[in-house]
Amino acid sequence: MNIHEYQAKELFRAMGLVVPPGDVADTVDGALALAREYGLPVMVKSQVLTGGRGKAGGVKFCETEEDVKTHAGNILGMDIKGHTVHKVLITPAETIAEEYYVGMLVDRASRRVLLMASAEGGVEIEQVAKDNPDAILKFAIDPRYGLLDHQALGVAMKMTGDIKKARQLAVGMQKLYRSFMHSDASLAEINPYIFTDEGVGKAIDAKVNLDDNAMYRHPTYEAMRDLDEEEASEAMARKADLSFVKLEGNVGCLVNGAGLAMATMDLVKYYGGLPANFLDIGGSSNPDKVVNALEIILTDPNVEVILFNIFGGITRCDDVAKGIIEATKRMDIKVPIVVRLTGTNEVEARELLAETDLVPAATMDEAVQKAIELAGK
Amino acid sequence: MAIFCKADTKILVQGITGRDGSFHAKSMLDYGTNIVAGVTPGRGGQTFEGKVPVFDSVAEAVAETGADASVIFVPPFGAAGAVFEAADAGCKLVVCITEGVPTLDMVKVMPFLEERGVRMVGPNCPGFINPGMKAKLGILPGNIVAPGPVGLISRSGTLTYEVVDALTKAGLGQTTCLGIGGDPVIGTQFMDALKAFHADAETKALVMIGEIGGDAEERAAEYIKANMDIPVVSFIAGRTAPPGKRMGHAGAIVTGGTGTAADKKKALEAAGIPVADRPVDVVPLLRELWKDAP
Repeated sequence: MNIHEYQAKELFRAMGLVVPPGDVADTVDGALALAREYGLPVMVKSQVLTGGRGKAGGVKFCETEEDVKTHAGNILGMDIKGHTVHKVLITPAETIAEEYYVGMLVDRASRRVLLMASAEGGVEIEQVAKDNPDAILKFAIDPRYGLLDHQALGVAMKMTGDIKKARQLAVGMQKLYRSFMHSDASLAEINPYIFTDEGVGKAIDAKVNLDDNAMYRHPTYEAMRDLDEEEASEAMARKADLSFVKLEGNVGCLVNGAGLAMATMDLVKYYGGLPANFLDIGGSSNPDKVVNALEIILTDPNVEVILFNIFGGITRCDDVAKGIIEATKRMDIKVPIVVRLTGTNEVEARELLAETDLVPAATMDEAVQKAIELAGK
Repeated sequence: MAIFCKADTKILVQGITGRDGSFHAKSMLDYGTNIVAGVTPGRGGQTFEGKVPVFDSVAEAVAETGADASVIFVPPFGAAGAVFEAADAGCKLVVCITEGVPTLDMVKVMPFLEERGVRMVGPNCPGFINPGMKAKLGILPGNIVAPGPVGLISRSGTLTYEVVDALTKAGLGQTTCLGIGGDPVIGTQFMDALKAFHADAETKALVMIGEIGGDAEERAAEYIKANMDIPVVSFIAGRTAPPGKRMGHAGAIVTGGTGTAADKKKALEAAGIPVADRPVDVVPLLRELWKDAP
């Protein structure tokens, strides 16, 4: 789950990081009121869950109230990479003497939280990683002890020769680590971490991704979820505890297991079709879950056929068959349904399906080919 | 001889009285797995399926039965706690099937396991099955495997079944079929599994089933090229996955242009490992590479 910059900054502030004041507005008048409260000059920053806001014209420096009106007016409602701007963050403009990058993520290889820091702040870190990988310092943090003083300072001293600044950076890193662990983050970035002309270190931008699996123990963060940013069908899927991603094709896919679901999409493409979605109905599936899954897939008007690909392991095929039959009774499904069920209790499942007008298939390849053929009709 | 467990490994099941735990523990027993105990706090003194004693804690189960491996079916919020408990009680092998475990819970678990020399498989995985010793530690269907010389490593669950089923039907039995799980932080990584198969004299060929995200397949390719001389073939899921979207598994995501299926295919083929276009193509590719296949 991604959260907005202003939310990430709230999270950092709560852990004691130095973050400039700021608040969000959804109207020009609201933006103006905030600008007056903080005093000019201010920054007007679009709050959307995507990168490249600056390049798209979604971040503007405002010296006058007229600037605030113009820029807030332009940015509110703006489309940035398919995301509509509903809110702008108003924050005092800082004088920037130096810019650094400080970030953390869960590193698969070391299985630790990895601190990444660079003196090349303010630019996209992916670009730095590509052009000049040596400019990124890395340190894997031992979860037993956290980021120790000398470890943080050791990294910071490689970023600046100024001990006063290094100490501020080091403390910033430690507070970022505490924010990361406290919020069950999967990514937390300060880019840039700046020093003002007076030598004061501040986090002036913030990006945080939170671990969906941990949100059950963070109701306050779960409440930060921006429902406007979610595809309606993806929101439905999340509520039904299904893993779903909408795609552009016409073959609706309903598969048990993420790997098999991806392989099914790939196979649809292999045989010349286009998948409409990724959908994993998960492990212990019950009929209600299948009904939910069908409802979600059928919200997409592009779907011309539904393809079930179920290899039963933890999922029992007779459960799935009952779900499909119940769903087709409850719903008015106009598109053909191809069903491939293999594995646990498959004989019982086939007996149940034999009395319906669903299109059976014995293998994954046969099912995909039949689905593509039916979608073309 | 297969990997990770022996014929006489004594297995306990944490969460044995739960919905999933009881279903799969029964299936493990039916397959012939040596389950000596179950653990569910508050259910100590009961008996599972008329023969497996249930204990309140792993420590009690270990003391009473000598269990040295645990398979975990507890809900996500209790999964890390269950792993800590199993390791603390002296189990040297922990297979965590639970899906949806917070990633940082596993970050915290790892040093505890390393200090005690405990191997964890998972979380969010199907576990493994060693057909030659009738040992099933997890949820892989026992009816689709057969004893034989092929080792199989996968980051997926049901996709593994698809490929194993094809291997078995083609007369290619397995030493061990292992699903390491699709989460970002897992106890047994691709490389650990590779090294274990490398050290297993009975494994004469290897099938690797990867997916988008991370660079495990790329690193595996380097290792195989430098160290292994048995035939290896591969399949990578997620060629059509859009970037930036998490495809079910928390680890299956293409970010910043890295972890794509195309990159992985390239790295594998550069190491002499053919990559199948379809899951069913794994069998002919393997036969092509492996002249003295059974």
